[in-house]
Amino acid sequence: MYGTRSAVRSSRIAFGALLLRDLVVLRKHLREFIPRTIVQPLLLCFVFLYVFPTIGTGVGGRGGAAGESAFATTLVAGVVGLTIMFQGIQAVALPMVQEFGYTKEIEDRVLAPLPVSLVALEKVAFGAIQGMLAACIVFPIAAVVHARSIHINLSVHWAVLVTLVPLACVACSALGLTFGTIFDPRNVPLMFGIIILPLTFLGGTYYAWTTLSPVTLWGVHWLQILVLVNPLVYINEGSRAALTTSGHMTLWAVYPALIAFTAFFLWLGTANFRRRVIS
Amino acid sequence: MVSSNGDTPAAADVIHTTDLTKVYPGGVTAVDGMNLTVYQGEIFGLLGPNGAGKTTTASMLTTRVIPTSGRALVGGIDVVKQPAVAKQLIGVVPQTNTLDRSLTVWENLYFHGRFFGMGARRSRAAADELLVKFRLQERAKAPVMALSGGLAQRLMVARALLHEPAILFLDEPTAGLDPQSRIGLWEIVGSLHESGQTVVLTTHNMEEADQLCDRIGIMDHGQILALGTSDELKRLVAADTIVTVTADGDLERLAQVLRDDVTDVDATTILDGMVQVAVRGSDRVLVRVIGAAEDAGFAVRDVQVAPPSLETVFIDLTGKELRD
Repeated sequence: MYGTRSAVRSSRIAFGALLLRDLVVLRKHLREFIPRTIVQPLLLCFVFLYVFPTIGTGVGGRGGAAGESAFATTLVAGVVGLTIMFQGIQAVALPMVQEFGYTKEIEDRVLAPLPVSLVALEKVAFGAIQGMLAACIVFPIAAVVHARSIHINLSVHWAVLVTLVPLACVACSALGLTFGTIFDPRNVPLMFGIIILPLTFLGGTYYAWTTLSPVTLWGVHWLQILVLVNPLVYINEGSRAALTTSGHMTLWAVYPALIAFTAFFLWLGTANFRRRVIS
Repeated sequence: MVSSNGDTPAAADVIHTTDLTKVYPGGVTAVDGMNLTVYQGEIFGLLGPNGAGKTTTASMLTTRVIPTSGRALVGGIDVVKQPAVAKQLIGVVPQTNTLDRSLTVWENLYFHGRFFGMGARRSRAAADELLVKFRLQERAKAPVMALSGGLAQRLMVARALLHEPAILFLDEPTAGLDPQSRIGLWEIVGSLHESGQTVVLTTHNMEEADQLCDRIGIMDHGQILALGTSDELKRLVAADTIVTVTADGDLERLAQVLRDDVTDVDATTILDGMVQVAVRGSDRVLVRVIGAAEDAGFAVRDVQVAPPSLETVFIDLTGKELRD
């Protein structure tokens, strides 16, 4: 009786249009996106790789310039991983908390002619695009901001890089979707305090997971085991494998773990999203 | 009590529900076995107090709430089985402002068209056209945050119409609007009616339902208690004069006195400090009512006479007032 498109065709068109809308908004807000993306990695590199070595308290300094360089190499890869993870929070979780709690824009978006789970997945796709963009911006900064005495041992493994970075971006974006659908504006500080801080500090940004083995209790490598529940560990280890020559967790563990985390967060985030918009 | 609605048998159904029911977790039945048909080109009003089930009904029809049982078709499409198809036929103006804060007024319209499958050129043309039609063209580049409540509402109506939906849902469209914006919106709905747009409107404002709607369904406790044109509904009240008496004392006894002593009284209802008397015929009704009350020793403080309104119908059906 009325002219309609099939669900598949209508969903494909609407998904593309939602992505287009998000990209237009990103272009409008590039002036916010760039500083928000680079300030944290820039400060990390500046303080750890320039200020500390320059004032003689460089991390890894007991091993002399070589020790400091080894730490710098570890950190540069970690900074890329950390940046990707923060994009998941900043590009997906925080806007979604706002849209659910305050602006209610999401209520209109779910009336677009596509299944509501695809509205959630579009947010993940867009978050992943921002993550990749952020990684491209941050890597050169991380690679050049350091003291003269430091030499960063970079070696790009392209096959790992072009598979791992997109996978990490989707994983973090899906994590952002999960957080964005769990927390409301009132408890965002809680999200940072009890979840994001532990994730980042125990995510292997400042040290390689492989080097944690000396931390033991009754002969158990408890820290090394405990942090395996943290997805950032696999991202940073993968980032090390992709960008440096330093030691890292085997890729046979990194890829399956990241795929499993991604699937879990996509499932949980989408289910939460549906629950919040459909009753 | 449900009146016949078959005066336009030739018109196509845009909405058809069969035993549509929603029980929320916790056991609250918001909509209880609703059978409803909305015809093409009509403005249909769901009138009822807050909590009557109007918004849940509209939400089920717009795919936001999944029915517990029953069936709902919009434009012949099952909204539960094929939501992505059904949504193509639906335009929604919700109660809250859901405009896209990151976009300008014009972009809100343009991207809405794109979401609904319009090509760039067509969507651009439609956005331009609707900005003019809704007198928003001077604000085209303004951020939507800068719009007043009335203008934001107008933009939401324009947005909901952009993809030419088979049916437009207006959920409490004038709640919270200033009187001028309210009249403006009523004019818009009037012109939509002229252009043949089918509209479902939920409201707890009787004047709005009376003025705008071709047919009205009076709802309470998840059920449609009566359905028909405004005049048909008013005829459901057998009386043609409603006298409201404000008096001190035992109002139960006053109601009894008026029923016994005034001829042609159909019913009495006790409201907040008042007794409402439904009388057939209007001959000397005021004198008869006041006389009966004073003879029984009541001090009458105020008396009002009016023809039956939708409010009378509602009180008649539910025994309670429909408050704004």
